[in-house]
This record gives sequence, C-alpha cells and structure tokens, in this order.
Amino acid sequence: MRRLYDVAKVLRSKNAGPFSITLDVLFENKSDYEEVKRQGIISRERIAGIYKLAEEDITELVYFDQACGIKVTFNRSISSGTCGDRDVYGAQQHAPLMAIALEEEEV
Amino acid sequence: MKKYSILSPCGILGYGFPETSFLKGMSLHPDAVVVDAGSTDAGPHKLGAGVSIVSRMAARKDLEIILVNAAREGIPVIIGSAGGAGARVHVEWTLDIIDEIMGDNRISGKLAVIFSDMDKEEIKESIRRKQIYPMGSNIPPLTEETVDQTGDIVAQMGHEPVVSALEEGADIVVCGRAYDPSVFAAPGIREGFDPGLCYHMGKVLECGALCAEPGTAKDCILGTLYEGYFTVRALNPERHCNVTSVAAHTFYEKENPCILHGPGFTLDLRDCSFSQEDEDTVAVRGSRFLPQQAYKIKLEGARRAAYRTFVIGAVRDPILLDRLEEIEEKVRKSVTAYLKEIPEGAYRMNFINYGKNGIMGELEPEEFHGHEVCVLFEALADTQETANAVCACMRSTFLHCDYAGRKSTAGNLAFPYAPSDIPFGPVYEFSVYHLMQIADGRSAFPVFYREYRGGEAV
Repeated sequence: MRRLYDVAKVLRSKNAGPFSITLDVLFENKSDYEEVKRQGIISRERIAGIYKLAEEDITELVYFDQACGIKVTFNRSISSGTCGDRDVYGAQQHAPLMAIALEEEEV
Repeated sequence: MKKYSILSPCGILGYGFPETSFLKGMSLHPDAVVVDAGSTDAGPHKLGAGVSIVSRMAARKDLEIILVNAAREGIPVIIGSAGGAGARVHVEWTLDIIDEIMGDNRISGKLAVIFSDMDKEEIKESIRRKQIYPMGSNIPPLTEETVDQTGDIVAQMGHEPVVSALEEGADIVVCGRAYDPSVFAAPGIREGFDPGLCYHMGKVLECGALCAEPGTAKDCILGTLYEGYFTVRALNPERHCNVTSVAAHTFYEKENPCILHGPGFTLDLRDCSFSQEDEDTVAVRGSRFLPQQAYKIKLEGARRAAYRTFVIGAVRDPILLDRLEEIEEKVRKSVTAYLKEIPEGAYRMNFINYGKNGIMGELEPEEFHGHEVCVLFEALADTQETANAVCACMRSTFLHCDYAGRKSTAGNLAFPYAPSDIPFGPVYEFSVYHLMQIADGRSAFPVFYREYRGGEAV
C-alpha cells in the first residue's frame, strides 16, 4: 500500500498569516501528482475530518498543475502565538497527512 | 540585454549567512542588496512588546557585511520590515545599529527611513466610513474599542514609497512594516521592469535560499530580471535551484499558490511557467500584476491578552502516565478551591503533555505509546502576580497529588530547572489584522532622509 508519505517530495504545514494554516503537498514525479489528483484523496471532506473543521473553515483547496502541488488552507481555531496556541509557526500540523493511503490500482 | 540583479542575503536580517556566498553574489555585480527583516510568523509578541526576533549582535553582524560591501560597490541596500515587526521602535532599533556601522566604517551616503505606523484616529475614522475589512472569516470586525486596546498599529507598505526613496537617490532604505516581496519588487519596478515579474521574483527571494535545494533561510540567493522573465540561482555550491524547489517556494506561506494579494494589487500566477536554464538557474515567466480598483493595505496590531507563568516538568512513572488527565482534573479542582478569593474568570490553567499529544492536542490521531512525557503547564491571568500564584499552586498540587494505585509517594514530577516556575510576562494576541482602504500607496508612508559623510550623520 502506498501512502502520501511515499509519493510526496514535500509535505508540510505553515502559517499563512496568523489566522490560517496552510498545507502543501508537492510531488517531484508528475505521474504521482496526477494519480493523487485523479483519486481525489485530498478533499475538503478528508481535511475537515482530520483537523475537525467545518467545511467552511477550509478557505482554499487548490491543485496547482504547473508546480505538481496541492495546497489546502484552513482557519486556525486559535491565532498564532496567543493563549492556547500549541504551534506558533503552524509548522508541525502536517503529520496526519502522511498516512493518507492511495487507492490500489486495479489490475 | 537589459537586466537587473538583486542579491538577497538571508530570509531574516540577523539569521546569518555564509560570507563566502555573499561575496560570490557581490562578484556577479548585483544592482541592489535587499533583505527582509520581519514576519508575523513568530506570533504577536514582537509587535506587542516592541522587541526584535534576532539579537542585536546578529543584526549588526549581518548588516555590517551588507553595508560595507554595498557601499564599496555603490549599490543601494533596502531593508524591509525593520526590527522584526516594523513599528517605529523596531525601525529606531535598526537605525541605531546602522548609525554604529556607518561610524565604525566611515561610510558616506543618503539614508531614507519609511515609517509604517498608522494613526489610530485615522483608523477609527476608516471604521466609521466602513473602509476596514477583516482578513478572514475567523477574524472579528474591527471596533474602535479594539483599536484603543491595541499597541502600535502598522500597515504593510507596497513598493511605492521605496520607489520614491530610490528616486531621491537613497543609498540605504530602511522600511517599517512592508509586504515582504514589495521591498524586492521596488528597484526593478523603478527601472521599468514588469511589476508582475518584479513581485514574483520578490516572493521567491524574500526567504533567502529557501527556494534552493537544500533550502535554508540562512544563505544567499540571486535574482535577475530580464524582459519577459526572471531567473534565480543559488550562490553556495552546496545548493541548487531547480524547477520543483522554486515552484514549491511560490506555495510557501500563502493561502493560495496562484493568486497572491498585496498592497494595491493581486498577483496572478495561474499562467506562469518554470524552466531549468542551466544546472544552477531557474527561469520564471508569465506572472501577472493586476492593480486593485481600491487600494487596500493590511493593518497589523497586537494587544495584551494575559500574563503567563509556566512550569516544565516530566513524568516517568508508568502508573502516573496512565492517569495524567485524571491528575490534571484534580489539580484544576484543587487550585480553584484553594484560591477561592481570586475570581474564577481572572485566570486559566492549561496543560500540554509533550510525548502524548502536545503538538496536536485533541486532533492527535495516534494512540499514546511511550515511557515518559514532558508536562508543561501554565497559568494565564490578568496580572503577573495572579499568574505566579496560580502556577505555584498548580505545581505544588501536581507534585504531591495522590492517585489510585500510587506507589511513588515522594513526588510526581521531575523538574529540569530550579526554580521550576517561570514568570513569562505578557502574552499578546493579534487584535488587528484587517485591510484598510486608502487613497494611494505613497502618501500613507512618509519618507525621511538623513545624510552621512565619512560615517557622521550631518
């Protein structure tokens, strides 16, 4: 079974301003990118489930073909660096994405 | 062929960079050195408390290399978001360092200072005129009360005031808060290059060599504008720019990879393309600059949210590790009961269990498996004194709290430090993160000039 961990070259999270976190999944291999895009395994529903978000809190979900990359941006529940925040830069929120499995190709 | 090169020494002034990379860049005769000194990334504290994110020693070390070499070559130096957050106090901190360097090295030249502090009355007037807009759906509308509670409010400047300073012949331009790519875009725009390419190149250069592979904000990068495209290349033989690394950087820290909003414009990257020119160089084409109908700038401001006192401790006892949450509940109840003279709304208690779910909290999908946990707990209160009192009570209660099956009756926590309780001081929050409509990008940001001769300000 292949997971996003196996096929993504870059898999990261980071603040996009103090009120949002953005997830980047970038591929070196265009065919891997195309497959992930075709399978639609990074979807609003999936991200909402992982990060316990209402779908309207996901402000962007973009497949950017020129860069072979997928970007998802969502609202923070607590803004960066204030009381209750656990990740000021938002740089360690990506790990659950690594476990997302690609669907097996039919033979 | 017409071209314009910009050397970006590092991602944040004071992060440091190898001098060899910088000198390699200078040997290629750049037309300007531009460096970003700020970010909101590290949270609201810098803006709220008026402090920097790098040490004065580090800022001086980086600036000295930059100013001495640029003066020798006769090329301008532009510093964006001076001092970390770009408020007046941060700009003055930077000017003080520059003054020292100019004197020590007997440098002559014209210095421009562009302030980005916004007048609170003007902001309130804009609220009344309904010309202030929240930056996102999770940000409340700005009120006059919030403006009053907020410390210095800065606005991100665009390229316009920097272009003005360059037109006046400035050798060094020190900017308050600026949209990070704007300070990089300004000199190219002044030379007549396509603003879309200037801004996209600025977006790539503003983090230093983060767009190379291996990427880092602590090394230099060179960008060059041509008619119809721009190129970027690393200056350290250990790093290379490739199509993936540069395209990946276009993604970095932005909500949307193809549409970037800056002061007075939108940058449309939907049709841009990346190509490998040679082993070290990537070319980018097709970035488009779309001016906004109404010019809007981003305001930033922070207010004090609480005072904090915290403790770092750790647990190794396996029986206790199974009962951490139960003990937290006991601590909460016991502290609340003991400190009954403090109104309950005047303080909060938080526990973060590193090794278990410290980073993701309730979002953590993994089951706990481990043999020790770092327990960080904090008291947040209206005053430092209350925070200290609550935290001390949390600590002593946690340390000696009984639980079912307890065998370790001497103490529940290993503290790495004595004293265990650390008064943190004020905690801030971004209270202003809004767009404000203004007349144009130039008049809101006044430019002041100072002349140096032989290192002396005249």
